[in-house]
Amino acid sequence: MLIKLLLLVAIAAVFVLGLRAPSGARHLALRRVSVLLAAALAALSVLFPDAWNAIAEFVGVGRGTDLLLYGLIVAFLLYMVTTYRRFRDMEQQITLLARRIAVDETLPRAAAVPPPGPKPAAGGSPAQDTAEGEASGADGR
Amino acid sequence: MALQAQQQHDDVCVVVPLFNERTVVGDVVRDLRTAFPLVVVVDDGSTDDSAAVARDAGALVVQHPINLGQGAALQTGIEAALRLGARYVVTFDSDGQHQRTDAEAMVERLRADEADVVFGSRFLDSRTRPGLVKRLVLRAAIVYSNLTTGVHLSDTHNGLRALNRRAASALSIRQNRMAHASEIIEQVGHARLRWVEHPVHILYTDYSRSKGQSVFNAVNILTEMIYR
Repeated sequence: MLIKLLLLVAIAAVFVLGLRAPSGARHLALRRVSVLLAAALAALSVLFPDAWNAIAEFVGVGRGTDLLLYGLIVAFLLYMVTTYRRFRDMEQQITLLARRIAVDETLPRAAAVPPPGPKPAAGGSPAQDTAEGEASGADGR
Repeated sequence: MALQAQQQHDDVCVVVPLFNERTVVGDVVRDLRTAFPLVVVVDDGSTDDSAAVARDAGALVVQHPINLGQGAALQTGIEAALRLGARYVVTFDSDGQHQRTDAEAMVERLRADEADVVFGSRFLDSRTRPGLVKRLVLRAAIVYSNLTTGVHLSDTHNGLRALNRRAASALSIRQNRMAHASEIIEQVGHARLRWVEHPVHILYTDYSRSKGQSVFNAVNILTEMIYR
């Protein structure tokens, strides 16, 4: 039956799409185009309700309603997988942000960067200065 | 004696990820500090006063504003260690299951330039005795990791590791939660770092058992590895 093949291919496609990282502009464009397509399909279904029965018969499904249900399930799977991905990406961004805050709060960058050129000792604690200088030296390796 | 040891290891930074371990973290930090002067504790948004306990014990505490997971805490700690100019970085669990002496021995192997990374392994000798379920889960994880990373370790989920600066710089942990262990191994393999394993003793106390990783985590790790 044609429908079995179609559905299996669709499910596999959803799984593979989930593995690939959504790539910025193209991903966004695809999402928008699919929304447009879905809206167009919905409008057409209202105008020509019998079309679904014809398509269902062609692919080997009992009724148009059943076909719609199958389509909905696949669409929902796709939605789940892409949403999971988007959340992962957002989580990654939050992580980088939080890490930056955490590290900067405890170890201000200025302390780790060596002063430009040999600085004349301007009071303070020379021992600490030396330690920092060495630390930065190792940093540059 | 202690002072001498400290001077020996003043180019080492011990990174301890911390999340709600107030009852044990103080002792862990104090014990580490008898050998390693620089202990960076990454508080992963603990809801108790773990961070203050660690600070009182003499650790440099880096605080995540929100809870992100152990992998994220490790990466933060490693970046802090690099910024502090550490030549060697040790990752060490905060729940007291690792031994300071194992960490010292692992750093010595780095100093001898035996490798860029020393992985702790609880299965190289018979000191550690995990329960049956834990052993099975760990074995499955090891088989999976060896298949997918190309680095063949006898213990893939051990929080005790020692890295030299080159290895620490090569790591970029993106797996915030538990899948980071496999990810580190993967990146070590990818960066073609030299690695060795070192036998370590994991102390399964009632405390660590009560907090231990459940079998469900294996499922979560697998999902995170596939849908990364």
